[in-house]
Amino acid sequence: MNNTVTLLEPCPYSFQEIAEHGLNENEYQKICDILGRHPRRTELGIFSVMWSEHCSYKSSKYWLKTLPTKAPHVIQGPGENAGVIDLGDGYAAIFKMESHNHPSYIEPYQGAATGVGGIMRDVFTMGARPIANMNALRFGSPDHPKTRHLVDGVVAGIGGYGNCMGIPTVGGETNFDAQYNDNILVNAMCVGLARTDNIFYSAATGIHNPVVYVGSKTGRDGIHGATMASAEFDENSDEKRPTVQVGDPFTEKLLLEACLELMQEDAIIAIQDMGAAGLTSSSVEMADKGGVGIDLDLDEVPQRETGMTAYEMMLSESQERMLMVLRPGSEKLAQKIFEKWELDFAIIGMTTDTGRLIVRHKNQIEADMPVSTLANSAPEYQRPWVETPRQPLLKAGEVPAPASLNEALLALMGSPDLCSRRWIWEQYDHTVMGDTVQRPGGDVAVVRVHGTNKAVAISTDVTPRYCLADPVEGGKQAVAEAWRNITCSGARPLAITNCLNFGNPEREEIMGQFVGAIQGLREACTTLDFPVISGNVSLYNETNGKAIPPTPAIGGVGLLEDLSIMMDPAFKTGDEIIIVLGGEGEHLGQSLYLKVIHGKTYGAPPPVDLRQEFETGEFVRKLITERRVTAVHDCSDGGLLVTIAEMALAGCIGAQITVPDQKPAHANLFGEDQGRYVITTSQHMSEPILSEAANANIYARRAGKTGGSQLTIDGKNPISLAELRKVHEGWLPAYMAG
Amino acid sequence: MQASVIVFPGSNCDRDVAVAIKNITGRMPEMVWHGDAEVSKTDIIILPGGFSYGDYLRSGAMAAHSPIMKDIIAKAKHGTPVLGICNGFQILTETGLLPGLLMPNASLKFICRNVNLRVERTDTIFTNRYEHRGVITIPIANHDGNYFADDDTLAELEDNDRVAFRYVGEKGELEDRHNPNGSRNNIAGIYNKRGNILGLMPHPERLVEQILGGCDGRLMFESLLEALH
Repeated sequence: MNNTVTLLEPCPYSFQEIAEHGLNENEYQKICDILGRHPRRTELGIFSVMWSEHCSYKSSKYWLKTLPTKAPHVIQGPGENAGVIDLGDGYAAIFKMESHNHPSYIEPYQGAATGVGGIMRDVFTMGARPIANMNALRFGSPDHPKTRHLVDGVVAGIGGYGNCMGIPTVGGETNFDAQYNDNILVNAMCVGLARTDNIFYSAATGIHNPVVYVGSKTGRDGIHGATMASAEFDENSDEKRPTVQVGDPFTEKLLLEACLELMQEDAIIAIQDMGAAGLTSSSVEMADKGGVGIDLDLDEVPQRETGMTAYEMMLSESQERMLMVLRPGSEKLAQKIFEKWELDFAIIGMTTDTGRLIVRHKNQIEADMPVSTLANSAPEYQRPWVETPRQPLLKAGEVPAPASLNEALLALMGSPDLCSRRWIWEQYDHTVMGDTVQRPGGDVAVVRVHGTNKAVAISTDVTPRYCLADPVEGGKQAVAEAWRNITCSGARPLAITNCLNFGNPEREEIMGQFVGAIQGLREACTTLDFPVISGNVSLYNETNGKAIPPTPAIGGVGLLEDLSIMMDPAFKTGDEIIIVLGGEGEHLGQSLYLKVIHGKTYGAPPPVDLRQEFETGEFVRKLITERRVTAVHDCSDGGLLVTIAEMALAGCIGAQITVPDQKPAHANLFGEDQGRYVITTSQHMSEPILSEAANANIYARRAGKTGGSQLTIDGKNPISLAELRKVHEGWLPAYMAG
Repeated sequence: MQASVIVFPGSNCDRDVAVAIKNITGRMPEMVWHGDAEVSKTDIIILPGGFSYGDYLRSGAMAAHSPIMKDIIAKAKHGTPVLGICNGFQILTETGLLPGLLMPNASLKFICRNVNLRVERTDTIFTNRYEHRGVITIPIANHDGNYFADDDTLAELEDNDRVAFRYVGEKGELEDRHNPNGSRNNIAGIYNKRGNILGLMPHPERLVEQILGGCDGRLMFESLLEALH
């Protein structure tokens, strides 16, 4: 390869070798400038992973900095293994969401399993016991030949890992869309619970402190996983199967218990999970954050295979490993704990005052590079972008009415996008740990803070078809829906994590989607006081030049101060009044009605009025806190009628509802207008609620009442709940049975 | 009642059952490490749910050979009450303290859901607070809950009234469609001959408070408290 480096030695690598490391010519040049020489092979590998999109966020960093990350209740924002929020009374919630898209497409069981394992490590690394797993899954069209196999493998993998760990998987969301045919998305979220005075960070301070390796042995699996996750797919991607790691949840369970046990002692200065880019990323990040150097002796690394090179060890992504810097003198104590749990424990190096990462192997220096430059000089791109063209808002009358409202409802309730996900969540242990107080299937999962009367409410949300049509409104909607879902339980939304899944950022229109979504996120997080405290970016979700729809998945967490007020969507008894709050349905653009009934996706998505969203949500939360409502459910996918049908099915109680005269009935019932809730309340409580809403400038209408075992619209053609349940519960098991 | 909960590498319901017992009996169980040689004086030994040794090889197979098991087997044979829940039940069959074995569910999938159980006997230390032949709701959460025993063993269990719980419908209907995993005779739990050992797949410790969705599991621990004080 020709390059412009003014070094005497010829470049020892071919152009192809450099390209295979995911580096372009300019980036290679920059490496030579930093080192003042050509890199050794191990050094080239280290730069390759540190500068990969996955580790360096080189295309996204500029925009991520524009997101709001602060609030009085935020203890730690982005930049650590996970974010931390204050729950009061000395408790903290630690959480993050992360993608494992590429590996899950190549090897669904192991890809999904190791995604779950990785996100749990991020959380318990910080001193938290994981208390809930969530996920956000996107699969291709049900007709695609691979979809069934991928659903089966991903679900089994998520369950296989979380169930064995004994951490409940309490909910999530699943979509099917042809645009994910060749790039499924597997986003895993974990929420942990810690004491605010016992949180662990990754800054390796102090000189001559022991660097300790614990957990599984290192093998050749996952080498260059981070680089793979930063590349597009093509027809040869199946050949990348060997770079997918294999998970061992049993070892991780031991690692969890051993780490939490050691964390009760005053022994750990810094700790970091060996995730993407393994030993390289963990050692460089810890040293950089602490402003120290680090010497590693790879002969001491526990190895699963013989004859591993320094290059392989530094780049391996073997799972279930941690790197720690200990206080001198605590090695024996730590060793005893890890040996009790039958885990490897090895002192593999120490911190130094040189500011350099020095890697030794078999009496050779394999790498000698400046830590700070390595960590902070990754290229940062402000890639060119173009705004996504807006689509016209559809007027209610422009979308044809269905032949029958009942038939349309049945079709929606039994559609892949809206049908019951029971087949999925029954494969997840969602009751282990004895604190799951709202199980999967509702708006949110609610998990009690162990030993208290408080709980955290968790929701994962995004509507990719909205984001594709309008990334800004779609980004806002994703945040607003998470906020709304948490509100439905009575909890106060506190903070979010995100997982931003997009196509190739080197294409202007994809970068435009990213920039737009970030704008939407920023506006929503700011207005709703719902800061971003951790997250992950997954780019290059493309195969043969076809990108996924922009999918900024949001994981929201809220706090329920008093479990006794907790609300859920199920109708509780007959003869209660059903009230619609926040507005009427009008917008059918990008609706599921349009997709399922007419087979089309067009128009602008429903706009999100964040101010109104906030006020309506506060009003609902007040009603719940005052114990004046008996059920609450947000209006989202499918619109009002689907919302009411879900409430009826959850409570096994029917409803009689009316449609206001002035609107086309189908727009009212299936429009996906945002910022809306359906609540139920007793007869005598309903009038005061309606008038208080009017005084607060919040739209409210009495939409009907509960009772019976049928759903009736305007007194005509009742649908039995049994029939609704049959279609709702039927699709997924029938599909999976093939 | 002083209970002892055995902790194997990979146990993950040890805390849950300890918390349930503490809340119901007022006394925190002793947590006993699997590598210990013996269980100190105790009123009941509990083998909790989870994935001991990752369930590698076969569910419960490796835990059955943990150092502590020698003492547990001896104590059980001398009449110390033993309760094995889920993975604990699997360990009990692997040790031979209970007959039969737990195969993978007929669906070959992990299943987590509430099931209805019929209480077959109420004259035991584990069930004296339940209603005879009453139907209770308890969650299952397992991959290998499909109880199997050969015909002779099954006949012996049935003839000697050793079936503790069966999967049934809401009204107690004993039908195949209410059997979540294909277990023989809809068996969810069994006793040993003497009645001091109970193994069951459902998790009573997970439904001990109304906020968790029900209290039917609570009665098992109240029964033990009643019998063992």
